[in-house]
Amino acid sequence: MSPREAPDRRKTLGEFRVNGERREVAYEPHRTLLEVLREDLDLTGTKHGCELGECGACTVLVDGVPVLSCLTLAQEVEGCAIETIEGMADKGELHPLQDFFAELGASQCGYCSSGFMLASKALLAQNPSPSRDEIRVALSGNLCRCTGYVKIYEAVELAAKKLRGEPCEPSRECTHGR
Amino acid sequence: MGADAAGSGAPIERPEGRYLHGVPDADLKVVGKPWRKIDARARVTGQTRFADDLFAPRMAYCKLLRSTQAHARIVRIDASAAEAMEGVYAVLLGKDLPITFGILPVSQDEHTLCIDKVRFVGDPVAAVAAVDEDTAWEACRKIVVEYEALPLVTDVFTAAATDPEAPHEHRIHDYGRLGNFHRQENLEFGDLAQGFGESDLVREDFFFFEGNTHLPMEEHATLATFDPDGKLCVQSSTQTPHYLHRALAKVLAEHVPAHKIRVIACPNGGGFGGKSDPFSHEIAVAMLSIRTGRPVKVTLTREEVFYTHRGRHPVLMRSRIGVSRSGRIKALDFETHLDGGAYGSYGTASTFYTGALQCVTYHVENYWFRGARYFTNKAPCGPKRGHGTPQPRFALEVQMDKLAVELGLDPVRIRKDNLVPANSLTANWMRVGTMALGRCIDQVVAGSGFLDRWQKLPHGKGVGLACSSYLSGAGLPIYWNAMPHSGVQLKLDRSGLVTVFCGSTDIGQGSNSILAYVVGEVLGLDPQDLRIVTSDTDLTPVDLGSYSSRVTLMTGNAALQAAERARDLIAPHVADKLGVPRNRIGFAKGRVFDVSDPDQGMPFADAVQLAESKLGTIGTTGSYRPPKSPARYKGGGVGPSANYSFTAAVVEVDVDPETGIYTVPRIFVAHDIGRSINPCLVMGQVEGSVYMGLGEAMMEEMSYRSDRFGVHKIPSMLDYKSPTTMEMPELITWLVGDPDPNGPFGAKEAGQGPLLPIMPAVANAVFDAVGVRVDEVPITPEKVFEGIERARKGKEPRVGPTKTPHVDWPEARKVRTPWQGGTGLEVEREQEELAAARANGGASRERRGD
Ligand code: FES
Ligand code: FES
Repeated sequence: MSPREAPDRRKTLGEFRVNGERREVAYEPHRTLLEVLREDLDLTGTKHGCELGECGACTVLVDGVPVLSCLTLAQEVEGCAIETIEGMADKGELHPLQDFFAELGASQCGYCSSGFMLASKALLAQNPSPSRDEIRVALSGNLCRCTGYVKIYEAVELAAKKLRGEPCEPSRECTHGR
Repeated sequence: MGADAAGSGAPIERPEGRYLHGVPDADLKVVGKPWRKIDARARVTGQTRFADDLFAPRMAYCKLLRSTQAHARIVRIDASAAEAMEGVYAVLLGKDLPITFGILPVSQDEHTLCIDKVRFVGDPVAAVAAVDEDTAWEACRKIVVEYEALPLVTDVFTAAATDPEAPHEHRIHDYGRLGNFHRQENLEFGDLAQGFGESDLVREDFFFFEGNTHLPMEEHATLATFDPDGKLCVQSSTQTPHYLHRALAKVLAEHVPAHKIRVIACPNGGGFGGKSDPFSHEIAVAMLSIRTGRPVKVTLTREEVFYTHRGRHPVLMRSRIGVSRSGRIKALDFETHLDGGAYGSYGTASTFYTGALQCVTYHVENYWFRGARYFTNKAPCGPKRGHGTPQPRFALEVQMDKLAVELGLDPVRIRKDNLVPANSLTANWMRVGTMALGRCIDQVVAGSGFLDRWQKLPHGKGVGLACSSYLSGAGLPIYWNAMPHSGVQLKLDRSGLVTVFCGSTDIGQGSNSILAYVVGEVLGLDPQDLRIVTSDTDLTPVDLGSYSSRVTLMTGNAALQAAERARDLIAPHVADKLGVPRNRIGFAKGRVFDVSDPDQGMPFADAVQLAESKLGTIGTTGSYRPPKSPARYKGGGVGPSANYSFTAAVVEVDVDPETGIYTVPRIFVAHDIGRSINPCLVMGQVEGSVYMGLGEAMMEEMSYRSDRFGVHKIPSMLDYKSPTTMEMPELITWLVGDPDPNGPFGAKEAGQGPLLPIMPAVANAVFDAVGVRVDEVPITPEKVFEGIERARKGKEPRVGPTKTPHVDWPEARKVRTPWQGGTGLEVEREQEELAAARANGGASRERRGD
């Protein structure tokens, strides 16, 4: 390969704010946020199911807004506040969404879960008491092949209640059937 | 492992135990409760390490070059330019790994990389290990492959018509039956002529079930590490580490012996059957690691996952059924044609599965099954959730609906009148134990108000009923052997920690947790306190894998046996210490105590120390093998199971008669689970199955361009439609059933059965709504619309196939039914056996005479 056609792979130095921490990374400028998170920052909790913007598994929050990290160039979000699943628990204490995803088995294989929980977190920040239809719409860009979404709705609803300070016991129908 | 007092020699067919199905719910501390999964925290915090989350120092990245041709001879392949590239560590071609593999011993038809021909678009032909993924891709593009096109076969009619005399290149494989037939099976149970003769109504219907794929969210990935000391470790997203181990040992026989190969199944990001075969990419990275002395990782792209496939077979079916006026099934003549794709995979088993479970729900007096599997130049089909049984189940349940309408019965009555009794044998010798399908039907019918709504709703709205059954684990392993299907070892530590070792693989269904619940129940421990070590062929005893809904039942029974043996080791020493009889020792809440005076006792850790002081290191084993099946005829190995789950479902549809577009507002489902070990996890399995069934019913399909070289039309998640939150209806679920004696604590499967009734229930509901029969899956709006249009034009309002390929079937293997006095063997072999017995009897009399 002649030098002319060799792709430029020289790294640039970037600064990211990830889960409240300042992180400096030398990375190839064509890298996506997904790649930088997983491969340069070792934050493998962010997943990929397509790397084409079709499945939602790679969802992270950028300044509180859900974005598909596989379609986002890392360069675009330098300096923004990035939140991944690793930043969701507070000093080891699970976020209510994580707690109810765990409690109800809304996370079966768990591969889609980080995307779902971050998308849900953004929803609840905007709308603390979403209806089921509003949850559906907010999560319609995330695919899950395991759960049929049923337990995910229930977990989001219970987490919303908990965040509102209301009683939040799973119903018997949810855990045992009708 | 240590003092395994009861470790060997005990019967392994069923753990003899005090803690089986008979224990009342109230006496159970762990089982039956909605515990969170033991690894739930890791899964919701991003700590679970899936295969692609593994990175190693000096790791190389692998990419596969895949065929661009569907059927072609490889004339020349030149990798020199790729090999010369900077950053490329090694290039592997087919000739480097000449030994074939395949999941079934009867179809070892895959090469790691194609050697002389390619059989579908996506067939791997070369593998590169390089410094990074981009370099590996570029190197792949520099490999020159010259192909010479061969005749293309993309459907079963063309495959069936392949002239057996034609030149060899018309065949995709040169094994199997003639032409492009892979298998042809013909089994006859009972007297069909008599059955049809006694029938008042005979219907013949044709059905087609299009292929679809698992679409697990996680793309397959594998990391292989070959150590300087000659040991190979392969960490992979596989559901079947044991079978992968066998395939690696076979293909790499010249490079590394079996005992130096370690396979670790990573937690799977969904499997659904799609990670159950040993795959080319797994073997390729192993070989590349041997070549380069580096860890090598491969991660498939989503497009490659579509080519890797092994999903639902497209099946064309003909069903002729004879019933009495009251709807009793007298005879069933069922024919299936499986479009297998390019390789054998599980296809031989799939073929038998399309005929295995028809008789498990409804009593069929005389049954004839013929099944053919064909090779075609498409991605290979294999096992997907329900493996080979959803297609015939769709046909049968729609046909039952048609029969009900034609006989003026209702869909509930005709099903309930035909139910197989509990504890009985079917025409094809499947042994049914507990059976609560009747209760499932009652539950969904009452819960949905079915009988008040069926045929009574306004035009455009409809309800449909369908039922199903599935096995809790295959009765036989995929390679013949007499060893257990599941093994468990327990190690008891002085700290009170119990470690459970088992080869099973958690694919999200919660199988690791099941081990903890079972052992925790028996030893009186909190399941969260146990250490579970699974799916590592170096460390854990063999479990055959996470397929055929076998894991809860088989590993559960093995764990039960191991835990009971641990109790038996500990209890006598505690009894001596307390000065009470052995049978008064109980285990609960982390203590071992006198049940008549619970204050008298000690912490579990002290009890372990006591026993260890007397016996030495404490460990036990448990094993499980399903009971022997009465189906002894050839082909009877597919279908038998320790127990069967049953499901009934009612689906509501809302069809726009102008466009055929429909929605599914609600689904009601009742599942016979025996007894739930964890009802919350069972609910999750039922919900996930219903969801996946709905995707198959409404939209999911693998489609290929037969005109353009057999290219997959839509290998992406955007174009391969699957249900999102917007399509998933409200779901109302009931868990019913009685503890089954063969299941651990009475459990049955939950992960596959509830998928099966959804497709036919949708079809039946569409008919109820607009009077259109779509005898095909998926039931797309286009097809519903076509049916409506046909009705408008006065034609038969039906969309579906009208014929099957011509097959010169081999002669039927005839088997007498249980009610004909059969023995479970073919008539021919029955006679041989009789003659042999007579000869033997004569011989032994002679000996006695001596
Ligand atoms: S990985 Fe699928 S949307 Fe980003
Ligand atoms: S939990 Fe497996 S894909 Fe959602």
